[in-house]
Amino acid sequence: MPVNAIKPYNFPAEDTEANFHGARLVYVGWNRHLMFATPYAWPLPPNMPFGALTQGPMAGAFAQHPDWEKIDWSVVAWTKNGEPFTPDYEASLAENGIVHKDSLRFTTPGLDGIGGLGQ
Amino acid sequence: MDLQVAKKKLGLKERYALMTRGLGWETTYQKMDDVFPMDTFEGIKIHDWEAWEDPFRLTMDSYWKYQAEKERKLYAIVDAFAQNNGHLTVSDARYINTVKLFINALAPLEYQSHRGFAHIGRQFRGVGPRVACLMQSLDELRHAQTQVHAISNYNRYYNGMAEFRHHFDYMPYLQVPRSFFEDATAAGPFEFITAIGFSFEYVLTNLVFVPFISGAAYNGDMGAMTFGFSAQSDEARHMTLGLEVIKFMLEQDPGNVPIVQKWLNKWTWRGVRVLTLVAMMQDYMLPKRVMSWAEAWEIYFEENCGALFRDLERYGITMPPCVEQVRKERDHLSHMAWSQFYQGRGTNDFHTWLPSAEEMDWLSAKYPETFDQYYRPRFEYWAKLEAEGKPFESAGMPMQCQLCQIPMFFTEPGEPLVLAQRHRHHDGEQYHFCSEYCAEIFDDEPEKYIQAKIPVHQIYQGKQFPEGTDPTAEGFDPAAAVGAFLRLDPASTGNFVGSQDEANFNMWRGLTRSND
Repeated sequence: MPVNAIKPYNFPAEDTEANFHGARLVYVGWNRHLMFATPYAWPLPPNMPFGALTQGPMAGAFAQHPDWEKIDWSVVAWTKNGEPFTPDYEASLAENGIVHKDSLRFTTPGLDGIGGLGQ
Repeated sequence: MDLQVAKKKLGLKERYALMTRGLGWETTYQKMDDVFPMDTFEGIKIHDWEAWEDPFRLTMDSYWKYQAEKERKLYAIVDAFAQNNGHLTVSDARYINTVKLFINALAPLEYQSHRGFAHIGRQFRGVGPRVACLMQSLDELRHAQTQVHAISNYNRYYNGMAEFRHHFDYMPYLQVPRSFFEDATAAGPFEFITAIGFSFEYVLTNLVFVPFISGAAYNGDMGAMTFGFSAQSDEARHMTLGLEVIKFMLEQDPGNVPIVQKWLNKWTWRGVRVLTLVAMMQDYMLPKRVMSWAEAWEIYFEENCGALFRDLERYGITMPPCVEQVRKERDHLSHMAWSQFYQGRGTNDFHTWLPSAEEMDWLSAKYPETFDQYYRPRFEYWAKLEAEGKPFESAGMPMQCQLCQIPMFFTEPGEPLVLAQRHRHHDGEQYHFCSEYCAEIFDDEPEKYIQAKIPVHQIYQGKQFPEGTDPTAEGFDPAAAVGAFLRLDPASTGNFVGSQDEANFNMWRGLTRSND
């Protein structure tokens, strides 16, 4: 429904890709690792290889978890906005079809957080 | 010969009529619709403004008298508190962080409320509600002022309070209460009064004020307790006004019922989301605890508001559906919030800490279904890391809900190990939400919420650097620039243990109790 207002109500969206100086926002969360309270947000260049995301910003944020170094990336399962997603780690974010404000989640089979409790 | 005639003294009823209803008039050379352009567009139909019953027959002259009397008492106590170093009588210096939360997150809402009521006090064409809104507007201004004055005693000695106005406008976590209130003030007058006058001041007010003010009393904070009590008689009046407005709308036209119901659904949810801060304060921040969030919810919502909504059933109003989810989150809310504040402690203007073993036992007892299973393991793990000298701290910026702007730490209702997320497209852009209810509110007015200044996105857009900053300069440090923009004093952030506040409090209190 449109906003109920006394005058025509038309204002631009605050977070369009054009406002991020060439970067696009990507969110990444690690399932069953709730020690990280939320998924994280990063502004990333669209031509960044997907593998550079995992080894760069994601490692910077998630490597504090003892499970991080045990991850076997060949079995990691991904979702994008809740749908299954199979990234090509060599290809860029754009080539992987990742657009502005896509939300990624990854599951690491066999790695279930601190004490196996999803933490 | 002139006869000396005693001046006739006005009776209460007459005086009230003259000083409220008698102040309004039907305009003649301008149309009423042009003079009051905002009280029709929301779809609320009022057929008879005269049917408005004032809950309190208060006139301006007696208002001044009562408030002045309260003011004298309040400031006598606030002065005594200052002169006797009252800040050193509190239970523990950790308590002062709840005072910081109050001045940064809640006192500015009183000021926003003042502005909101001043605005709608101009916009209703019925003179009865206008006078009532005017008085509430003045009350709210007074509350903001007395809170700032009372808390200024703490600001002399402790960190994290001096920039409360700037922080309310820009600090990431404070955009939650700020955007909540701005959503209300940017709505029409009827939605505003439903949102603030009813949902916030009536349905949820006890969940806000009782924990803070009883918490103050339990923890030896005479100053904060006093402004709470001084505001209490006003709050009673505000609650009655909120309820009167709802009943007035519902009685005036059956077409108003679905509109009011929609607003109640929205604002109950938005209000409870903001109360996440209070839940966390109750369960984690008060050194001497009053009651748990779960207990407060049972008493002040389930019991009191249950009765209220049963009372409104005769108008066709039902309990907002979101309450079902709030019940499911009840035993998780404070733990999820404190986990987030603990790991994001570098960007708060108050200190956090890990609950002690004794405090965790209290949490286990209060939350037998959830604490030991889902939350104790992470706190114990973090305690181990702290003991090893490598404390865990978040190294990324959180994804936030487009609607409530809270970092997306809420788990799926009934699935405590799955972070909840909802997704929408609007006009070629995508948006993410922490819950179905936040997404529903967005669906109703997407054009409003696409403008949200989500704190993390603002930072990434480079909008939170000090003026004149050149982000392309060599050696540019974005984190330092954002800290400077936010006026975030590093001494006010981080772990309580080892903080300047802790050291000073212990030293000063030590001086009052020993001869060294």
